[in-house]
Amino acid sequence: MTSYLDFEKPILDLESKIEELRHLSSDGSLNIADEVGKLQGKVDRLLRDTYSSLSAAQKVQVARHGERPHFSDYIAQLMDDFIPLAGDRNYAEDQALVGGLARFDGRSCVIMGHEKGHDTESRVAHNFGMARPEGYRKAQRLMNLADQFHLPVVSFVDTAGAYPGVDAEARGQAEAIARSIETCFRVKVPFISVIIGEGGSGGAIAIAGADRVLMLEHATYSVISPEGCASILWRSAAQAAEAAEALRLTAQDLLKLGVIDEIVAEPLGGAHRHPEETISVVGAAISRHLEILAREDGATLLSRRRKKFLDMGKKGI
Amino acid sequence: MNWITNIVRPKIRALVPGRQHDLPDNMWIKCPNCGAMLFHRDLEQNHKVCPHCNHHMRLEVDKRLDLIFDNASWRTIELPKVPSDPLKFRDQKKYTERLKDYRSKTGREDAIVVAYGEISGIEAVVAAFDFNFMGGSMGISVGEGIVAAARLAILQQSPLIIIPASGGARMQEGMLSLMQMPRTTIAVTQVKEAGLPFIVLLTDPTTGGVSASFAMLGDIHIAEPGTQIGFAGARVIQETIRETLPSGFQRAEYLKDHGMVDMVVARKDLPETLGRILSILRQPLEKAKVIRLPLGVAKPALRSIGGRKADSSDNAKDSRKRTIKRARKDDSGDEPI
Repeated sequence: MTSYLDFEKPILDLESKIEELRHLSSDGSLNIADEVGKLQGKVDRLLRDTYSSLSAAQKVQVARHGERPHFSDYIAQLMDDFIPLAGDRNYAEDQALVGGLARFDGRSCVIMGHEKGHDTESRVAHNFGMARPEGYRKAQRLMNLADQFHLPVVSFVDTAGAYPGVDAEARGQAEAIARSIETCFRVKVPFISVIIGEGGSGGAIAIAGADRVLMLEHATYSVISPEGCASILWRSAAQAAEAAEALRLTAQDLLKLGVIDEIVAEPLGGAHRHPEETISVVGAAISRHLEILAREDGATLLSRRRKKFLDMGKKGI
Repeated sequence: MNWITNIVRPKIRALVPGRQHDLPDNMWIKCPNCGAMLFHRDLEQNHKVCPHCNHHMRLEVDKRLDLIFDNASWRTIELPKVPSDPLKFRDQKKYTERLKDYRSKTGREDAIVVAYGEISGIEAVVAAFDFNFMGGSMGISVGEGIVAAARLAILQQSPLIIIPASGGARMQEGMLSLMQMPRTTIAVTQVKEAGLPFIVLLTDPTTGGVSASFAMLGDIHIAEPGTQIGFAGARVIQETIRETLPSGFQRAEYLKDHGMVDMVVARKDLPETLGRILSILRQPLEKAKVIRLPLGVAKPALRSIGGRKADSSDNAKDSRKRTIKRARKDDSGDEPI
C-alpha cells in the first residue's frame, strides 16, 4: 500500500478509480479492460509529467518518503554476502550507521550507510538514521579496515543529519565527523558514495568524501534542512519550500555545481514505487564505477580524490 | 549612563570635528556577563576581557593578530578571488546585497584574514575568522583562505594556526559551503603530512560545519575561556530533547573536561602559550647520536632550555630566544658530552 504525497492527489484519484472499476467488474458483468487500460495510461502520463518536473520542495518529500528503499534493502538485494561489524572500539555500537564486510558483484568490499528503519520499532533502534559520534567513529574504523586490506569502500547516504543531542555533543560529535571526513581523504582504496535519500549536511559528508559521488534522481543533498534554513533566513519555517528552491539541493543542480559526479535515474514515479528496480539500477552504476576505479593504484586515487574536492566551487549555476 | 552617551559624547565630537571616526560609539561598555560598566579604553587595554569577572568578549581580528604576533607586527596575503554568489541565492534579500553590506561594514572581502609573522621569534601563518562578517560563516571564500594559508605554511615550512570564530557553514552558498568541510580538512591534512604543527585556537563561537572539520583536527587545541564550541546549536538540541541543557554545556571548559580541548587559556596568556608550544614543536632536541661513552661523567646528559619560568622581566621573549639559540649552538657540537 503506497502512501501518497500531497502533490500526488490526482494520481491517487485516478488509481482509486481503477480500483473501483476492478471491484465493480469482479462479478463479470462488465468488460472494463479498455477503460482500465486507458486510465492506466493516464496514470503513467501523469506520473511521468509530475516526476519530471518536481519542485525542490517536492523532491524533499520524495527523498524522505518512508517507503523509499533504505540501506538495509540495498544490502539484502545487492550483496552476495554481508558480515555486519559493530562498535567503535571506544564507547558503543551505533545502529544509525550500519556497515561491514561484503561481497558485491564478485568483489570483496567494505560497505556502510545510514539506516533509517522501516517501522516504528526499527526506526527507534536506528535512531531514524541520525548517527552519534560512535557511528562516525565506526565509519572511520571501517574505512581504515578497508585501507588495510585494500578493499573498496561503498557508502550509502540517507540521513536527516547527525544526531543533535547532549550525549552526542559530550562525546565529541564535531570531532567524530571531522575525523571521519579526514579518513575519507586518507584511504588509498576505491571509494564510491551513493546519496539514496536525504543527504543531511555534516552527517552526510562525513562518509561521502568519495572518488565518485552518485545520487539518485530525486534524492536531496543539502547544507541545512529547508525548514532550518527558512527559520533562520526567513524567520519562519513556513517558507521551507522557497528555501528548498534557493539551496539548490537537487541532484540536477548539484551535478551542474560539480558537487556530485552522476545522477542515477529512478523508475517511473520514484524509487518508492519500484524499490527493487531502483536498487538494481544503483547496483549496476556502482559496479560500473568500481570496475574503472579498481584499475587505478591507490596513491593516484587518493590524490585525484583530494584534487576533485579542492577544485570544487569554481562552477556556479 | 545615558547622560554620558547623549550629552558628553556629542559635545566631544563637536569639539573635534575631523576625528569623529576615531571615537568609539560608546565610551562605557556593559559587561554582558557581570553587568559592570567598563571604560572603553580600560577594556581595550585588557584585550576586551572584563577585569571584574574575566568574561572574554569577542576581540576584533586585527587586535587579535596584534596580540598574538611579536611586536604586533604581521602582514596579510591577498586571497584568490572566487565566485561570490554561485547559487544566485536570494532569501528576503539578495545574497550579493548582503555581501556588499558586510564588505562595506567590515572593510573585508569575506570572513577570513590570512596573516604571517613571528610568534616568539618563530615564523607562523595564522588564518583568523572575522565573526563580524556574516557570523564568520564559512563559504567558498573562507575555504579558499584556509587552503591558501595551508599552502603558505607548507611553502614557508612554518606552523599553521587557525583561529575560528564561526557559526558554521554559509547557507547562502548551499552545498558549496558544505564542501568547504572536506576542502579545509584536506588542506590541514597536507600541513600535517608536511610535518608542520597545526594549532587551532578556538574562539567564541566555533560551531557547525567549522567545528566538524578542520577546527577539531588540530595537533593541539587551545580555547579561550567561555568559548562556545559544539556541533549542533543549543536551540536545536533543546528542541530535540526538550530538556534543559546542563550548565556550562558546549563551553570551552566543558570541552576540556570531555577531552576535546587541550587547554583553556586566558587571552593575555595566549602569546606566551603559543610561543612555548611552537618553540618546543619547532626546536626539538637533536636526534640521539651514537657517541663514545665518556670516561668520566661530569655533566648531565640533558640540559634544560631553562630559566623561562623564573624569567618574568619585560624582555622575557628576547632572553628566551637567546637561550634557545644558545642551546642549539651548544648541541650542534660533535664532541661527546
